Amino acid sequence: MTNIERHTYDVVVIGAGGAGLRAAIEARLAGKKTAIISKSLFGKAHTVMAEGGAAAAMGNVNANDNWQVHFRDTMRGGKFLNNFRMAELHAKEAPERIWELETYGALFDRTKDGKISQRNFGGHEYPRLAHVGDRTGLELIRTLQQKIVSLQQEDYAAHGDYEARIRVFQECTITELFIEDGAVAGAFGYYRESGEFVLFETSAIVLATGGVGKSYKVTSNSWEYTGDGHALALRSGATLINMEFLQFHPTGMVWPPSVKGILVTESVRGDGGVLKNTDGKRFMFDYVPDVFRKQYAETEEEADRWYSDPDNNRRPPELLPRDEVARAINSEVKAGRGTKAGGVLLDIASRLKPEQITKRLPSMYHQFKELADVDITKQPMEVGPTCHYVMGGVEVDADTAAAAVTGLYAAGEVSGGMHGSNRLGGNSLSDLLVFGKRAGEHAAAHATETKRRKPSPAAVEAAVETALAPLQRGEGGENPYTLHHELQDIMGTLVGIIRREGELRDSLVRLAELKERVKKVGATGGRRYNPGWHLALDLRNMLVVSECTAKAALERTESRGGHTREDHPKMDPNWRRVNLVCSLEGEDVRLEHQPLPVMRPELQSLFERSELAKYMTDEEL
Amino acid sequence: MGTKRHFRVWRGDDTGGSLEDFQVEVNEGEVVLDVIHRLQATQTPDLAVRWNCKAGKCGSCSMEINGKPRLGCMTRMSTFGDNETVTVTPLRTFPVIRDLVTNVNFNYQKARELPAFAPPKNVEPGQYRMQQVDVERSQEFRKCIECYLCQNVCHVVRDHEENKQAFSGPRFFIRAAELDMHPLDARTDRKELAQAEQGLGYCNITKCCTEVCPEHIKITDNAIIPMKERVVDRRYDPVTWLGRKIFRRDQLDEPALAHTASSSGAADTGAHWSQQGPVPQEPAVGTDGKLTVAELYLDRAAAASPFGDDQEFPLPPEKLRYNHPPTSSGGH
Repeated sequence: MTNIERHTYDVVVIGAGGAGLRAAIEARLAGKKTAIISKSLFGKAHTVMAEGGAAAAMGNVNANDNWQVHFRDTMRGGKFLNNFRMAELHAKEAPERIWELETYGALFDRTKDGKISQRNFGGHEYPRLAHVGDRTGLELIRTLQQKIVSLQQEDYAAHGDYEARIRVFQECTITELFIEDGAVAGAFGYYRESGEFVLFETSAIVLATGGVGKSYKVTSNSWEYTGDGHALALRSGATLINMEFLQFHPTGMVWPPSVKGILVTESVRGDGGVLKNTDGKRFMFDYVPDVFRKQYAETEEEADRWYSDPDNNRRPPELLPRDEVARAINSEVKAGRGTKAGGVLLDIASRLKPEQITKRLPSMYHQFKELADVDITKQPMEVGPTCHYVMGGVEVDADTAAAAVTGLYAAGEVSGGMHGSNRLGGNSLSDLLVFGKRAGEHAAAHATETKRRKPSPAAVEAAVETALAPLQRGEGGENPYTLHHELQDIMGTLVGIIRREGELRDSLVRLAELKERVKKVGATGGRRYNPGWHLALDLRNMLVVSECTAKAALERTESRGGHTREDHPKMDPNWRRVNLVCSLEGEDVRLEHQPLPVMRPELQSLFERSELAKYMTDEEL
Repeated sequence: MGTKRHFRVWRGDDTGGSLEDFQVEVNEGEVVLDVIHRLQATQTPDLAVRWNCKAGKCGSCSMEINGKPRLGCMTRMSTFGDNETVTVTPLRTFPVIRDLVTNVNFNYQKARELPAFAPPKNVEPGQYRMQQVDVERSQEFRKCIECYLCQNVCHVVRDHEENKQAFSGPRFFIRAAELDMHPLDARTDRKELAQAEQGLGYCNITKCCTEVCPEHIKITDNAIIPMKERVVDRRYDPVTWLGRKIFRRDQLDEPALAHTASSSGAADTGAHWSQQGPVPQEPAVGTDGKLTVAELYLDRAAAASPFGDDQEFPLPPEKLRYNHPPTSSGGH
C-alpha cells in the first residue's frame, strides 16, 4: 500500500495567487482551519506579473467615478456577455477590497492629497487603477502573503503553533478531487519535493488555480498555468462557461527566445511606435475596418500629426482595438511578410529620440535590455499575438462563488462569467480580491453547516494509480515534453487568435489523437522533484481544457471579444443571449447552450437604449 | 541554427552529487534557463529546476552560474565567451533537495518571526493618508522579488550553518527597514527588534547582497546602514538604556557575540572563493557610540568584498570544484 499523508481541514484553497490567498484569509478570519495549496513556492504565483493596476471606482482622481460607471465599462468591455450580477458586485465592492489591503500594509502610489492614486487604462472612463509603478501584482501578492503570515503570528501567540489554523502547503500539486454523494469530500495530490502523496479531507474546496496559457506556444503565462482548476472542476462534475474566449495581447515579444511571450505595453504604440512588415511597410493602414474608418487616419502624415495634435487629426491605425491589431499582424505573417520568428516589427527607435524613449518607457527599456540585450532605442522589437488571459472558467453563482458541485467554489481567473467575452485591463486584480473574499466566506459558511464525508478507498486508490502511471511506463512511454510541444502547436496554429471552421475541426481531430497518446505518456527518473513526471500529469488537464476551447470556438459562429471567427466576422445579438457550457461525459467534453441571465431593469437603465441596441435583439429591447 | 555548447550542471540530492557534462544546442538570444529547459526536453527529462515567470519578476530560478548567484532567466548566453563552459550549481547556502532545487524554508521561517505590519489604531480602511515621497522609501524595498540571492550570498550564513538560528539575512533587514519607514506602521521598536531578534549586528556591510540583487535594491546603503545607525544611536541613549533595563530587553546588548569564533570546516570542500568570508562581528562603533567614518577614506563605499578585491566574476569554470555543503534538511 502506498504511503499517503492525511490531513483534515475545514476549508482547502487550491492555488496561492491573489484569489486563493484572499479566500484563505477570509476563511481563517471566519474561524475555519484552512489549508492553502500552492503549486510553486509561496509568493511566486502568476499574480506577480500584473503590471497595470487594480480597477476600483474610488473616485480619488476623478470624483465623477462611481460603481455604476465601472459597471458600465465592464459590461461594454465584455460585449455584454458578462454575468451582470458578477460585474455589479465587482464594481460595488472593489474599493473596499483595495482599502482593506492598506490595513494589511500595502503601499500604493499616492495622489497629492495623500489618497491612493489612480491611473487611466484602456476601456475605463475615468482614472481608476490603483497601482504601484508597474509592479502592482507583486504588491498585491506580497501584501496578502504578509497578511497570512500575520494571521499565523496571531495563532502562534494564541496556540503556540504558527500553523494551528492556517497552513501553506507549498510546491504541492492537486491531481484529483474526491466527490461523495454529489458533494466535495477531499483532494489528492503530491509534494513536488518528495513525490510523496498527500490527501486532504474537507467539505469545502476553493479553486483558485488561474488560467490555461501553457497550452499555447506564445504566452505570457508561466508553467503553472495548465488549467488544473478547470480540469478538476470538470472531472468532479462541475461546468465551465465561455471557454472560447481567450485574450490575446497583440504585441508580445516573439524574438529573442529569452523574452518570448512577454508583453510590450500598448503605450509603446500610444507614444509613437509603428508596426512594419519585413518589406518596411507600415501596414496597419490596410487593415482599418469600415466601421472605424471615420476615426482613424488614412495617411502616415495625418497619423503622425495626431501625436502632437490629437484634436485636429485622426488616430493612427496602430491604435485600433487589440483584436484588430492582432488580426492584422496575423495576416501579414501568414502572407509571408513576417520575420523568421513569426512576428512583425514594432519600431519606436526611429520615431523618438533615445532619451525620450527611456523617459517614457523606463521599465520596457530596462526589461528588454536586461533580459534580451535588445536596445529599443536602437532597434525595432519583434512582436506578435501572445496568449494572455482566459475569460472562460468554472460556472459559479455570482454571490457565493459556488460551482455546480456542493462544496466546490471558484474565484479569480479559473472562474468564468465576470468578464464576459473580453476582460478590461485592471479588472483582474480587483476581480480576484472581490470574489476571492466571497469564495472564502461562503466556503467557510458551508464548512460550518456540513459534515465531512470520507473519500472512498477505491477513489483514493484510483488517484494513486493515475499519478504513478507515467513513472511505471518510464522510457517506454511517450515523451511529455514532445507531447506538450505538439499540443502548443495545435492550439497556437488552429485555435489561436483568428479561427476558421476547417482549422477548428482539424484541431479536434488532432486533439483526439493527442489524447490517446497522452494516455501513454511516460516519465523517467524517480519521484523526487521530477519535472518530467509533473508535466506528464499536467498534460491531461491541458488537453481536456483545450478540447473545451476548441469545441466552444467551433460552435460559436460569430466574432465577439476574445473569440474571432474569420468566417463569421460580425457580432450577432442572438449569440449574446447564449453561454456555451462545457461538462464532462465520460472522457468527452459535452457542449450545451444555456440562456444568459437577464439584466435587472435598474441596471439596464444605466445604458442608453441606442447603446443596448447594438448588442441586443429587438425582442429583448 | 544553434551551436553546441558545453554545460556543466550539478546533479544530485541530499546524499551527494556531482557536476555532469552536457553538450547542448544554444540559439541566439537565449538565456541560461532556456538552455536548462532544452536539456530537460532533449536529454534529462527529470532535471530539477525551479522557475515560474521567466521574466525576472517572480524570483524562482535562482542558481549559481559560473559561481555567481544569478537568476537563470536573466543570464543571457551572449554574456559568455563563444566557447566558454557554463557551470550551473544550486544555491549553496540552502540544503539541496534535488539538482538545482534547494530547500529555502529558512527564509519562510525568518519571515514568520518578523512582526507583521501593525495597522494604526483609529484609522478606518479608506482613511489612510500618506505622501508619495514618504511611501517611496518603503516602496524600494517592496520591489523585492524574494529570489533569496542576497540570503544565499551573505557570508554570515553561507558556509556558516550555525549562524542561521540568530541571523535573518538581508531580505529581512529590508523588510524591517520597510516597516520602520512605513508612514503608518504603529510599532516604534523596529530597529531594536532588528538588532535583538534578527541579528543585524552580524552584518559587517560587505555589500555582497546589494551586488547580486536583480531588482537593484540598495540593500546596504538604504536599509541596513540606516537601521544600524539608529540602533547605535539608541543603544547609547541613556533614556533608552533605562527603558531597556526596565523592560528586560537585555539581550539587546548581546548581539550573539558567542558565534564569532565560528568554525569553517566546510571551506576546503567548497567553491574556491579566493579568501574566507570574514568572521561575523558587531558594527565597529567608536567611543562615541557612532559608526566610525573610516570607510569614507576608502576608495569604495563600505567594506571590501569577502571574495577578495582582485576576484573577478564570473569565475572560470576550471576553478569551480563544486561540492554542495552538508546542511540539515528542513522538511516541509
